[in-house]
Amino acid sequence: MPEWLLISLLILAKLGLIFFVLLTLAAYLVLAERKILGRMQLRPGPNRVGPFGTMQPLADVIKLLTKEDFIPDQADKWLFMLAPGLAAVTALLTFAVVPFGPPLTLFGHEVPLVVCDLNIGVLFFLGLSSLAVYGMTLGGWASNSKYALLGAIRGLSQLISYELSMGLALVPVVMLARSFSLTDIVMAQADVPFALVNPLAFLIFLISIVAESKRIPFDLPEAENELVAGFHTEYSGMRFGLFFVGEYINLIILGSMLTIFFLGGWMGPFLPGVVWFSIKVLLVCFFFIWVRGTLPRLRYDQLMHFGWKILLPLSLLNVILTGAFLLWRQG
Amino acid sequence: MSIWRDIKGTIEPFWVTLRNMFRPVVTIEYPEVRAEISPRYRGRLILTRDPDGQERCVACYLCSAACPVDCISMQATEGENGRRYAAWFRINFSRCIFCGLCTEACPTLAIQVTGDFELANRNPLETVWEKEELLVDHCGQEPGYNFYHHAGIGVAAARGCNPGEDKPVNVKDLLP
Repeated sequence: MPEWLLISLLILAKLGLIFFVLLTLAAYLVLAERKILGRMQLRPGPNRVGPFGTMQPLADVIKLLTKEDFIPDQADKWLFMLAPGLAAVTALLTFAVVPFGPPLTLFGHEVPLVVCDLNIGVLFFLGLSSLAVYGMTLGGWASNSKYALLGAIRGLSQLISYELSMGLALVPVVMLARSFSLTDIVMAQADVPFALVNPLAFLIFLISIVAESKRIPFDLPEAENELVAGFHTEYSGMRFGLFFVGEYINLIILGSMLTIFFLGGWMGPFLPGVVWFSIKVLLVCFFFIWVRGTLPRLRYDQLMHFGWKILLPLSLLNVILTGAFLLWRQG
Repeated sequence: MSIWRDIKGTIEPFWVTLRNMFRPVVTIEYPEVRAEISPRYRGRLILTRDPDGQERCVACYLCSAACPVDCISMQATEGENGRRYAAWFRINFSRCIFCGLCTEACPTLAIQVTGDFELANRNPLETVWEKEELLVDHCGQEPGYNFYHHAGIGVAAARGCNPGEDKPVNVKDLLP
């Protein structure tokens, strides 16, 4: 078998595996969220479809697929149809740079457990996370509905307020790891995860990704008691489903990013790397669900205030402090 | 200090939700498990009989008048022995709000509430219950009560034809 064929087959296998695992995980994350939220509110959660409700995601997909695909009369048709795909695709694409395990030796080849180890992985992630808001904004704008438009506008301005501090919280990580590659960043955490080295950056990044995921307490774009359903008010059927799945894929992505940047990625004793990585990501996802079950929604201006006046100065200060510390250690 | 209070107020709820996650579920999973219904539960209405097995209802229309949603309708008639009863009696349960005012209005304790609440139906016409379906062969929650023992049955013969009774007065005759 020629070399290039083997390599492309391996890449295809990796892609297929990631695609399958990611979509299944997203579907079951929905179930897990409903179950965990239910237990937090002393309810059992979905338990009708299959044993303990395990077939619920399947039933949801069937329901979404068979629902009417409705396009409002005055909507911008093409944008309206494209936007949900954009939301899901940007979320899926980000996983291309996520290293989910140590390099594996297969057929005498060293296979890195990452689709593409970009040397600018951090920037790739930041870029795609900014692009992700386009799906939401265009969807909200194309719907030609006041609620959807308001949700879209809120999403955009929310993006501006958290994205800066999110990027700045990653600067100390890059300074500590001396690389933009996610694999190198994980390697640099072999001894101590960065969450312990730089807890302030960890906290800022954690808050920023909660805002990035557009979930409670920062779910302003879809604040259902003010804006019906926010940017996806006019969506139905599988187009709504794509937004929905995109949100949960995004959740997994952000969990992986937090794991890679601050929790030491696949590093961990005894268990294989992939298992450690999954455990950490699932724990972060649980934390997200826990936050949703606990905190109320912030007001719109409170988020802006928090992002611009607290998170941004703190992250800037953190960058300076980390730089000073690194210089001092070099002597 | 206010910022300390804010931080505490943000952290504490997490503990509350986590603690609640491990507490038992309070939901009663209805078709499999049934809630124990209070003896005073106001469910489906029934028409009861007195201890002699006769219908208690005297078709006085009081329940129908008391009903805030007008779901009870009937037609009064009189038997050979002068005993009043309903020729037909109809309750529209898709309209009924189960307030129990009819049972409070009923002078003969004929109409009563039960603990049955499973009235859902695919055909709305089947939620209209006729007298035959409403009538039960027991005394309901008031065993031993017989209205006619207190009030007596109405006169069977025409007016003035009973023994010891004067003929009815023709008011026109009294005119000057």
